Amino acid sequence: MIDRNVLAWAAVGAAAFLVLPWYAIEDGVFTVTWLARYPGDPAVAPAVVQALVHHRLWLLPAGLLSLAPIVGLGARHGRGRATVLFAAGGLGLAWVAVQGFAIGGQPGIGIGGLVVVTSLLMLFSIGLAEMGFGNGDRFVSAAIVVVLALVLVFVFFPVARVLAAAVRDDGGGLALGQFWSTFSSREIWGLDCLTSRVGCGVAWNTVFLGLLVGASTTALGLAFALVATRTAFPAQKVLRMLTVLPIITPPFVIGLAVILIFGRAGAVTTFAEWAFGIPASRWIYGLPGVWLAQVLAFTPVAFLVLIGVVEGVSPSLEEAAQTLRAGQWRTFTTVSLPLIRPGLANAFLLGFIESLADFGNPLVLSGNYSVLSISIFFAIVGAQHDQARAAVLSIVMLVFTLGAFYAQRRWLGRRSYATVTGKGDAGLHPPLPRIVRGLAYATAIPWAVFTAVIYLMILFGGFVEAWGRNHHFSLRHYTAAFGVDVTDSGIRWTGAAWNSFWTTIEISAIAAPLTAAVGLLTAYLLVRQRFRGQTAFEVGTMLSFAIPGTIIGISYILAFNTPPVELTGTGIILVICFVFRNMPVGVRAGIAAMSQIDRSLDEASLTLGARSLTTIRRVILPLLRPALVAALVFSFVRAMTAISAIVFLVSANYDMATSYIVGRVENGDYGLAIAYCSVLIVFMIAVVAAIERLVGRRRLGRRAPATVSLEGIPA
Amino acid sequence: MSLARRSASVEFHQVTKAYGQVIAVRQVSFVVEAGSLVTLLGPSGCGKTTTLRLIAGLEMVTSGRILIGGDDVTRLPATDRDVSMVFQSYALFPHMTVLENVCYGLRASGQPRDRAAAAARESLALLGLSGLDERLPSELSGGQQQRVAVARALVLEPRVLLFDEPLSNLDAKLRRRVRGEIRDLQQRLGLTVVYVTHDQEEALAVSDRIIVMDHAVIAQQGTPSELYREPVNRFVADFIGDANLVKGTLERTDARLGIVTLGGLRLSLPHREMPEGVVDVAIRPEAVRLDALDGGNAPLVGTIQKAVYLGSHMEYIVDSPVGELFVIDPSVAAPLPAGAKVAIDLDRHGVTVV
Repeated sequence: MIDRNVLAWAAVGAAAFLVLPWYAIEDGVFTVTWLARYPGDPAVAPAVVQALVHHRLWLLPAGLLSLAPIVGLGARHGRGRATVLFAAGGLGLAWVAVQGFAIGGQPGIGIGGLVVVTSLLMLFSIGLAEMGFGNGDRFVSAAIVVVLALVLVFVFFPVARVLAAAVRDDGGGLALGQFWSTFSSREIWGLDCLTSRVGCGVAWNTVFLGLLVGASTTALGLAFALVATRTAFPAQKVLRMLTVLPIITPPFVIGLAVILIFGRAGAVTTFAEWAFGIPASRWIYGLPGVWLAQVLAFTPVAFLVLIGVVEGVSPSLEEAAQTLRAGQWRTFTTVSLPLIRPGLANAFLLGFIESLADFGNPLVLSGNYSVLSISIFFAIVGAQHDQARAAVLSIVMLVFTLGAFYAQRRWLGRRSYATVTGKGDAGLHPPLPRIVRGLAYATAIPWAVFTAVIYLMILFGGFVEAWGRNHHFSLRHYTAAFGVDVTDSGIRWTGAAWNSFWTTIEISAIAAPLTAAVGLLTAYLLVRQRFRGQTAFEVGTMLSFAIPGTIIGISYILAFNTPPVELTGTGIILVICFVFRNMPVGVRAGIAAMSQIDRSLDEASLTLGARSLTTIRRVILPLLRPALVAALVFSFVRAMTAISAIVFLVSANYDMATSYIVGRVENGDYGLAIAYCSVLIVFMIAVVAAIERLVGRRRLGRRAPATVSLEGIPA
Repeated sequence: MSLARRSASVEFHQVTKAYGQVIAVRQVSFVVEAGSLVTLLGPSGCGKTTTLRLIAGLEMVTSGRILIGGDDVTRLPATDRDVSMVFQSYALFPHMTVLENVCYGLRASGQPRDRAAAAARESLALLGLSGLDERLPSELSGGQQQRVAVARALVLEPRVLLFDEPLSNLDAKLRRRVRGEIRDLQQRLGLTVVYVTHDQEEALAVSDRIIVMDHAVIAQQGTPSELYREPVNRFVADFIGDANLVKGTLERTDARLGIVTLGGLRLSLPHREMPEGVVDVAIRPEAVRLDALDGGNAPLVGTIQKAVYLGSHMEYIVDSPVGELFVIDPSVAAPLPAGAKVAIDLDRHGVTVV
């Protein structure tokens, strides 16, 4: 019996080795100009020509190893064949990596190399599967291997490059003493703020802020989720939209808006001075300002996580509690709330980590309250240019994030929260207890109003001549950014912002589905499969979230500026950066939602003869729609609004909206910056609405709550 | 639908399944004949569900071999085993209609939509579910959901059909009916069925053979009547039907028989290779005969502690010199009152040395 998968992958690998150009092509592989020089020229030659004609003999083993499994094709399913596949794939991969690093003078790896590596990865995973890994399921085994390989190359490898910088001196030698003195310094760990007016160490500042923000966003997110799903609040749709606003906003914009309101020339400050004689001060710069801006920015993350979880709680469990003589309050506190607990923990964790990694708001607002991300940024771009110090600070940050991660796992324990079971699950969610409903309204509504005010400020700011000085209506910022000339020869995009705007949309649109796919696939592997090294796998996939964008940016430049993987200056590096920066959001959303879908549904599908891939497509994905929407929306908007990592990665060809705006802000051109932000926000609202409509809502066939109709009631 | 020719045997050879240090199934071997219904019976945690999942391929063995229809499937994943399973929770896909649920497996194996739908309708009709095609699982009653789950498994004409406690979510009346339906279906179509339950009555009612499991190993396997009449140990005696476990003394008389003394009663029973002396004796509740004792004497005398009238029969708790006995008596016309002295006699067909 010939195994079609093995044959196909071996053939693909061999074809790439014989035909496709092994190295990266200068102008990109999608231009056709290189075909003219193909196949003789060493810049575009396939591997076999490189090896035999251009004396790059070390490339031969890669091709031979991808063909090796064909030898074992005739063999039946068994240990021998598995070992051949496993060894050939593994050796091939190792060989490609080693020759890439060890032999200098080669260009970066190109399409041919990529396809050969993919084929080797697949052969390797088929071998692993036949050895019993992933319950013998090839799809599962391949998914694990591919995700792992991607994370290794695009997260661990760059970060390792940066961390190596922490223990190296300028000459490249090992310098542990220097590492220790930086690490133990008072600037990081000092506790002076407890006893004097001097600030505390940057580590304590960051943790304190993170805990504060995590708790606040979780509480607010829960309030919003409850109001949006469990009450008869009349404007639920508006509420849902409103809470999505802050994530579709580049982070520094919220910081700017907070300054427009509470800064020395801000609206509230001016009013307070006029009405109550309170002198204007700089109180907003520091902890209060950063906290406010971050809570505004990250509450929607908590909301997005919690709304899926609150909706997923099985009504029959709550009905069961009620029939067990639990009142509304008791039902809520003993059943609903504990069932939401994984979501709460996830929301808190996300808030904490987001706060730790946030760069835009502290940049605008932190004043003397130093936090890690900003310290790292200035350690690198500032006058000090101290890579080692930046690396040490990022180690500290990593420790905190992993600590949060660990604490969450401990707290959740091993309880099962499966509430969407295979049994039909009809029922009604009970109304919220009065106190809870009151609390939810009391927190959600003022916050929603406040958010609305912030956004009005941003919109208003774009239409005035100069904020704070001249409040006359003006369109000049919009024409400067988005001017369009309609002439006889067609439309000319004359505005200064168009270039970066189109680039941003293109890059984000490519990155979003990739991010959602990788994130949910990883969540599936973590929740639904059991395999060796799973915990390490989980930590590895979550790691990119723990690393501030600043570090990611620097690390990508360090890692991908030179062969074997040469990506700087391309659009690909931006896409990759977004996918691996944002993937943990997809993972978290997927885990929270998937742990509420009963396992027996997958198992039923498997025993009915469906492969894992079919099971995912037909059973899990349809039930995961809220998580899918969350992942798609979030990865798209994060790509459009990201700043910290990409300021290092943009190039003349690929300039992004946020880095363009930051450039305007640096030039003092606030009007244009805010106008551009407003356009981005409006655009992203449209996109979010479109995605939500496209993917739709989950169909579970629960009974709809009886609506009380006022018609027909005699007056 | 003729499944008989597809039905296959299941063989376990020295199968062990361990989760780290915990052993869920230890060195288990058995054969399920093609076309028979075999029950895995035991208390919760005995390894019966793990055994079922090993057949399905949802778990992989730690050691040992599994054969289905003579083919070694030990390393095959669930998808490739040609085995269908009815889950305890039914595991109906909540986002699909009844018809979509039943079509699912056929579509997954690449059948065109109309052929799959036709087969699914046939299968639904077989289970008396015609007309519910477009309902969602949440719009069905528990019994209907259960039958949809069976229809979904059957439509694939699997070589082996597995049931994981299929009745545990049904009410008692329905349970009796549905188990009858499952047995009828199995016999009509000649299916190989492996059925997990912890309810001994259910097991006795539906099975060709029963495999009793306890603490990850097989305690005994055999036909229902073998298990009932000749339990090999206290556990099986107690688990299959009720049994009064008392102490008696054994003297061997020949290669097969011995005399068991219980108080003043002497019974000739198979000694089953037990050593002479004090032995455990299992007494079925319906093997105890009680007669009112008005001042006379008898080899074994007891006192009625409790008498319960159940319509079809009486249940008594009797205090006796050999211990407390639970007794089922079919004569309800003149029940014995609590406190009455009774003569106790035993039908030796319901008494076993264990």
